[in-house]
Amino acid sequence: MTSNNLKLNFGPQHPAAHGVMRLIMEMDGEVVVGLDPHIGLLHRGTEKLAEIKPFNHSIGYMDRMDYVSMMCCEHPYILAIEKLVGVKPPVRAQYIRVMFDEITRILNHLLWLGCHGLDIGAMALFLYCFREREDLLDCYEAVSGARMHATYYRPGGVYRDLPDSMPKFEANKYISEKKVKKLNYNRDGSLLDFIKDFTDRFPGHVDEYETLLTDNRIWKQRTVDIGIVTPERAIELGFTGAMLRGSGVAWDLRRKQPYEVYNELDFKIPVGVNGDCYDRYLVRVEEMRQSNLIIQQCIQWLEKNPGPVMIDDNKLATPKRSSMKHDMESLIYHFKLFTEGYSVPEGSVYTAIEHPKGEFGVFLMSDGANKPYRLKIRAPSFPHLAAISEMSKGHMLADVVSIIGTLDVVFGEIDR
Amino acid sequence: MDNQTLISCLKDKLTGFDIEYSESNESVTIEVNKTNLVDICKILKSESSLSFNMLIDICAIDYLSYGDADWKTLDATNTGFSRAVKKTIIPDPDEHYDEKRFGVFYQLLSIDHNVRLSISTFTGSDNPPTIDSVNGVWNSANWFEREAFDLMGIQFKGHPDLRRILTDYGFIGHPFRKDFPTNGNLEVVYDEEQEKVVYKPVSITTRPGVPRIIRKDK
Repeated sequence: MTSNNLKLNFGPQHPAAHGVMRLIMEMDGEVVVGLDPHIGLLHRGTEKLAEIKPFNHSIGYMDRMDYVSMMCCEHPYILAIEKLVGVKPPVRAQYIRVMFDEITRILNHLLWLGCHGLDIGAMALFLYCFREREDLLDCYEAVSGARMHATYYRPGGVYRDLPDSMPKFEANKYISEKKVKKLNYNRDGSLLDFIKDFTDRFPGHVDEYETLLTDNRIWKQRTVDIGIVTPERAIELGFTGAMLRGSGVAWDLRRKQPYEVYNELDFKIPVGVNGDCYDRYLVRVEEMRQSNLIIQQCIQWLEKNPGPVMIDDNKLATPKRSSMKHDMESLIYHFKLFTEGYSVPEGSVYTAIEHPKGEFGVFLMSDGANKPYRLKIRAPSFPHLAAISEMSKGHMLADVVSIIGTLDVVFGEIDR
Repeated sequence: MDNQTLISCLKDKLTGFDIEYSESNESVTIEVNKTNLVDICKILKSESSLSFNMLIDICAIDYLSYGDADWKTLDATNTGFSRAVKKTIIPDPDEHYDEKRFGVFYQLLSIDHNVRLSISTFTGSDNPPTIDSVNGVWNSANWFEREAFDLMGIQFKGHPDLRRILTDYGFIGHPFRKDFPTNGNLEVVYDEEQEKVVYKPVSITTRPGVPRIIRKDK
């Protein structure tokens, strides 16, 4: 450190910081020599809040962890409860979960691609990515009623079965009948038909994004050889997901420690070579294509196999409204579930899934009560952001923006 | 590698340490003494038949109110919801903690053998609770330990940069301890007279929505 070094503050309100992050940078001219991230500006104490609520009340809080891949954050929490209680959801519910996990992965990667592009100068891409996100958010809405914070997964299955119809656009004084007809062209069938139409179109859209970026000279100048992480360092630093695979380590929980029905599905795991920003970009784009294939397989299965989507155990699942009208037991279970919740047997468990950003884990400890004793969320972006200082040293100031982008950080889950 | 193979392999490599092995919910947990923690971690990482090369997570736990239920009908009163409200405990700075007050869980992953392991340990009666840092074994421990220090107040001996990470600048206390009220102690308000934002004691009181009930009838 020389006396000529300049201390520079970046954020907390900076469009390229992807949320509220403050970086204290030490600059030697335009080169970063030291970097200290200050986080916690979005700390809501979710883990503490979960301790004062019955188990089911916290599912909605999980959506707000990583608010760009909502259902994937519910998933490990639900799995942890199911493991402690010792139940397994019906196969149809498992397929629905896998399908929505993959829809969520595409949602997450689209947002990442759009914003990462925007950060380093590719404006048009952002608009295209958000166009496709809109369709997927409609799927969220159709199935749960909420575009983002779905609270759709429940211990023992999912909240309800896939709907038979899609919501449609209606004509008004701004949108003509003709325009509405065009907008509704894929909304006449069920939700599955709508998703199917999307999966048919989507590979073409990914080709469009790649045309804009993959061989783009400016894109390559901004990403190739920026933020290189060797496989050894990636493991040492606790990297998971695309950050680890970008460095060339073939590790994916969907394949290595399969949960739900991933072991019955056919998909490939893309792996990078150099471990730079460009490789991680390629890995994530290929992951979108693979997710699309998984969704198609799920649709095929779901179309052929109707069935229950929730276990038939009223200690965990809400009794049917119709049975409550004449069955005393159902009424009691309903009352108990909504006033007290269910008690989870004593013990602790760690469950993890392959979240779009990496390994999203939940450590859940119960002392036998109707509320968690301790909930710890292992957010994938947390160790990724911890490495930003090591990744950025020696790079230019502008490259720090590329590195923040490639980390795919979301402060909802880092700050919790 | 399945859990039985893992346990026998661990027993083979970790001879001479006082370790309790347990298997529950499809995962293996070892309970170790905090004085041996770093030595054990080094073996777990370097031994090629184990090679736990990734530290996934560190979770600190405060066992102060473990097994406490709000709704104990024996000493219930007729004062309605207030019976589930606990009085705030003000921690005594000179107090020596119960041996089993604070625990730390480490989640490890071996990428080579595709197996997970959790290590649990207690910090003993030290005040502040102290344990050796594993940052020298796995670099990913750096922020996880800072987080545990910030939220639970556990001192990690040998950590290069043990600062608060998630709470506000100038925050007092460790919010995830069970004796720290969920409402917090201070709130931020704009003061008209002083024409600036000031800290004041919180104006809201605790009121639980659903009481905490322990049922073991399953």
